[in-house]
Amino acid sequence: MRAIRILRRSIRDSFKSIFRNFSLSMASIICTTITLILVAISLFLSYNVRQITTTLEHELTVVVYLDFDVTEEQKIRIENDLKTMSTVEDYTMKSKEEWKSEIGRESEVFGSALKIFEENPLYDSIIVKVKNVDDLKETAEKLRTYDFVDSAEYGEGMVESIINIFDIISLGTISIVIALVVVTAFLISNTIKLTIFSRKTQIEIKRLVGASNVAIKLPFIFEGFTLGVFGSILPILLSIYGYTLLYNVTGGYISTKVITLVEPFPFVFIVSLFLLVIGSIVGMIGSWLSVRKHLKI
Amino acid sequence: MKLIKVEHAYKIYKNGTTAIADLSVTIDKGEFVFVIGPTGSGKSTFIKMLYREEKPTKGSVIVGGIDVAKLRNSKVYKLRRKLGVVFQDYKLLPKLTVYENVAFALENLGLPNSEIRPKVLKAIESVGLKEKTRNLPNELSGGEQQRVAIARAIVNDPKLLICDEPTGNLDADTSAEIMNILERINQESETTIIMATHDRDIVNRMKKRVLVIENGVLVSDIKKGSYVVNESDKDSKKKHS
Ligand SMILES: Nc1ncnc2c1ncn2[C@@H]1O[C@H](COP(=O)(O)OP(=O)(O)OP(=O)(O)O)[C@@H](O)[C@H]1O
Ligand SMILES: [Mg+2]
Repeated sequence: MRAIRILRRSIRDSFKSIFRNFSLSMASIICTTITLILVAISLFLSYNVRQITTTLEHELTVVVYLDFDVTEEQKIRIENDLKTMSTVEDYTMKSKEEWKSEIGRESEVFGSALKIFEENPLYDSIIVKVKNVDDLKETAEKLRTYDFVDSAEYGEGMVESIINIFDIISLGTISIVIALVVVTAFLISNTIKLTIFSRKTQIEIKRLVGASNVAIKLPFIFEGFTLGVFGSILPILLSIYGYTLLYNVTGGYISTKVITLVEPFPFVFIVSLFLLVIGSIVGMIGSWLSVRKHLKI
Repeated sequence: MKLIKVEHAYKIYKNGTTAIADLSVTIDKGEFVFVIGPTGSGKSTFIKMLYREEKPTKGSVIVGGIDVAKLRNSKVYKLRRKLGVVFQDYKLLPKLTVYENVAFALENLGLPNSEIRPKVLKAIESVGLKEKTRNLPNELSGGEQQRVAIARAIVNDPKLLICDEPTGNLDADTSAEIMNILERINQESETTIIMATHDRDIVNRMKKRVLVIENGVLVSDIKKGSYVVNESDKDSKKKHS
């Protein structure tokens, strides 16, 4: 009970103080807001990139065409090599004969057209399934080094550039966010510093009448916490309404069906919770820094 | 019963000033003790050691069973809850009313409002400020402000009331009122009172125990009921005899 009363009075004091130092509090709140909006953007980006990568993972194949005059020994050699490659999940050999009969089964016209040729005009091929998106390029390049490999292809270019762009963007936002978090923490700590100075007498009297250190420090920690929470309100609203709007307007897809957006619910609520937690923790860290430095009791 | 026990206490400030040197004294529960001496003699320093505003550099200071020298910063509040302190400059919060200033002490201890209210009203009444409960400090005279400070110091029924020149800013009549209040607190609730002062008239009128400090040394411990000899008296006596 005693602890709860001290807590309640601390909260009351911290609210009073926020409104008393209004302009300074506003600066801290705005800084927190900007930081958290960027945090939200980077969260949305990185989650959606993960979504894209999982979508792309269905397409983890390299299609290899062998030279027309490939020998049986060469085929055995490449098969053995594929078995030992760490990036390869699985592969299927399809000889020109198999292609021919498959085509014949599927389309009579093509089947009979193929019969015109004395020799089978098709190529032997291997469908190689790799383990990760990142393995596509390496595997294809390795396979191209065989002189009897005609071509080794995958959805080259697009996959990589999408992933690269998102990687760069999220790396960029993460660094900006970290920098802003530091700036925010310092701004909040500065606000709390001025509060501490403006309440020197009050602190002195509290010490004199026997308030415990916790009871003296708590209002300042709460003030930082509250500044952080106030700063997270706008970013949370933007996340919930902004992302839902984006999702509804685009129908959940960006440009092609390759990039699908994460379903807004419960995603936006998880993001909101995260923003609230970051905002309040940054606020408390900021005030704690200040209390530790300027409230030596 | 001993409330305060000081043994061979020294206070040497960081800048090298020896403010208290080898001071030993014991004070019983319920006593009223004046601490006098010329300016800069170490009265405030002595008093500050009692409520652990300053730590003794050497020796021991024990107040209400707590060894002040060994008390960690984070535990100082345990000592402070057993005592009240009153200063020359009142130290009231200007934006709080008389009631709020007194209640401030108890709110910070986490007492429920239902317990705070009767205690605060009783303390305000005992210093005779019942009519001014809702006033702000700047609407009060110096003497009234000091009475608010006293009410705040006694609201939690401390065993010890420490006063550092409480009448220093007040005229003779107002000082006399304050002294009456302190005397009554000392007698009614057996609160031990230690008061540093410059005012020899007050000391002589009250006839309490007096500790005389000069250059940080306790030069005499005059027992209750005696007069303090003024410097000027000493001179005149010399002339006469
Ligand atoms: N914080 C401090 N740091 C260094 N020296 C100090 C400090 N406080 C007091 N002193 C010195 O210690 C000595 C005793 O000071 P103290 O304040 O105890 O005297 P006092 O008897 O209360 O004087 P006054 O009657 O003027 O209030 C003085 O020489 C003073 O300059
Ligand atoms: Mg003094």
